[in-house]
Amino acid sequence: MNAQHLIDFSLHLADNTLVLGHRNSEWTGHGPILEQDIALSNIALDLIGQARYLYQYAARLMNADGGNKQEVLEDMLAYLRDSWDFRNCLLVEQANGDWGKTILRQFFFSAYQYYFYQELESSRDPELAAIAEKSLKEVSYHLRWSSEWVIRLGDGTEESHARMERSLDDLWMYTGELFLPADYEQALLPVDIAVNLTTIRPLWEERVRQILSQATLTPPGAVMQKGGKQGRHTEQLGYLLAEMQFLQRAYPACEW
Amino acid sequence: MEKQHNWPLWEVFIRSKQGLDHKHVGSLHAADATMAIENARDVYTRRMEGISIWVVESKYIHASNPDEAASFYDPANDKVYRHPTFYDLPDELKHM
Amino acid sequence: MTSDNEKNFQDKVDQDIRIEPRDWMPEAYRKTLIRQISQHAHSEIVGMLPEANWITRAPSLRRKATLIAKVQDEAGHGLYLYSAAETLGISRDEMIAQLHSGKAKYSSIFNYPTLTWADMGAIGWLVDGAAIMNQVPLCRASYGPYARAMVRICKEESFHQRQGFEILLVLSKGSTGQRRMCQDAIDRWWWPSVMMFGPNDDASPNTAQSMQWKIKRFTNDELRQRFIDVCAEQVKLLGMTLPDPDLRWNEERQHYDFGPINWDEFWNVVNGNGPCNKQRLAARVQAHEDGAWVREAAIAHAEKKIQYGKTA
Repeated sequence: MNAQHLIDFSLHLADNTLVLGHRNSEWTGHGPILEQDIALSNIALDLIGQARYLYQYAARLMNADGGNKQEVLEDMLAYLRDSWDFRNCLLVEQANGDWGKTILRQFFFSAYQYYFYQELESSRDPELAAIAEKSLKEVSYHLRWSSEWVIRLGDGTEESHARMERSLDDLWMYTGELFLPADYEQALLPVDIAVNLTTIRPLWEERVRQILSQATLTPPGAVMQKGGKQGRHTEQLGYLLAEMQFLQRAYPACEW
Repeated sequence: MEKQHNWPLWEVFIRSKQGLDHKHVGSLHAADATMAIENARDVYTRRMEGISIWVVESKYIHASNPDEAASFYDPANDKVYRHPTFYDLPDELKHM
Repeated sequence: MTSDNEKNFQDKVDQDIRIEPRDWMPEAYRKTLIRQISQHAHSEIVGMLPEANWITRAPSLRRKATLIAKVQDEAGHGLYLYSAAETLGISRDEMIAQLHSGKAKYSSIFNYPTLTWADMGAIGWLVDGAAIMNQVPLCRASYGPYARAMVRICKEESFHQRQGFEILLVLSKGSTGQRRMCQDAIDRWWWPSVMMFGPNDDASPNTAQSMQWKIKRFTNDELRQRFIDVCAEQVKLLGMTLPDPDLRWNEERQHYDFGPINWDEFWNVVNGNGPCNKQRLAARVQAHEDGAWVREAAIAHAEKKIQYGKTA
């Protein structure tokens, strides 16, 4: 492994949480009921908080490389990279759709994060281990909250069930990528820094099977999409970044 | 036909970490008890840990005269932006 | 002719003893409170929209997070206030229906558009500033649940205003474009904020009764003057100006004199003809309608759970 692998891995984790946090924040003011508006924006805040720790870490790693380069800051990483440099998985950049699709996307990702962070807590990289430990409490709540919603909507009314089935059809194909290691993840395995995705996959699959079953939902067969971890995204990410990054691009090198 | 009126009203009682009793902090709407507790956590505690939450459907409360509940404010420790001192403002700035 | 009940009620109010939900109260007091509290709640909810507008475009991660937190607080405030109103015998559904039908009002400040990032600063500084000035006295309102909601709200509100001012402060020290953005936002939000305090006292017939009931502690003009005095000093720290050529310190009055308020604009916006009235209401109605299937499903599931429990 080399320094770049660790940087890429940190950016991958940060991009995941920033993009999903951003997507969730789009619901603010438009949720189906006030209490849930607050719940989802809390989750968005947690995710953005995680992103900030991870970007700050990536920036420190990049700055530690030495040389006379300009200092890298968290905002530069979030606001000045184009989509081909973003390493988030495709699942998190998908548009919100209806409430059902949003909570289903959250469920898939939170279940992944839950088992992922449990492993990452024992990473040889103390910074990542600390971030994992800190984030796990929040993620446990996200997982519980989203699981309950999946069940509520899957086993609610005929309409909610139909909507959840459609959302499942839309999102299932993006879940495979979660367990497909990128080269930077593989490079970090022998040094016990990254997480072995083959270990957590069956845990995720079992949890998902349980919840979907209670929700009376069946996952479709699907050919899994991939490429996000390598910077090859769906059409969604470009629009998301255009909106998110506008001010920094239009008014370069300014303080906000 | 929407049965919105069936989202019952729940009264929320919170015992803070240092507290001895549960205090009434307000109410919210939820479809069931699990949701009510989670909502209470999101709304009335900003998810601070180590807090005990009771929720009771309002219709089950019988009251004579309600006590004066003390106001409740317990900031979550790592969400520093909720604290007024987080912002870097000049000393000459008054009334804020 | 006052009954014993009315006398006891007014005595309590005069002695600053809180009126609680199960206490006897004049019907007019109850009705006025329901209107006042629910309008305040609606204002918090509708008020989320102009700011939520900029969440996805917040120019730094820190600003992104703090803006989400602020807007989320507003949702929470709405919720505290709906709760307080519900203790008076009206349901949240009824209040929401009144808002959506246009029957209930909300603070007209939120019918103005947020056009630049600097608007986030101006709203925090001026709009929240005006709200705080109104709200702090209400922490001693006569109705218990309302006063308690206001105490919680006021504690959370102080970070909102500081956040707004800091946003403007940073812009005021920035590039030419940023400084222009800062002044432009102040120019657009100043007069609407001044109008937030409502009509002049002599055009506010309800004020006297509300003050006797202690659900209003200061008059519109008193609060407005205080607000202008404070802001006129604060704006100097930004190196910016307030768009009022008549604004000047009056040594004799020990207050700032200020220019005439455009009451035509005020009444236009209150009556539904402001720049964003239709969009704001449409957004709330849309969210409510889009969410109907979710709310129905949650109830259906809750009922199923009870059935599952029975057959377990």
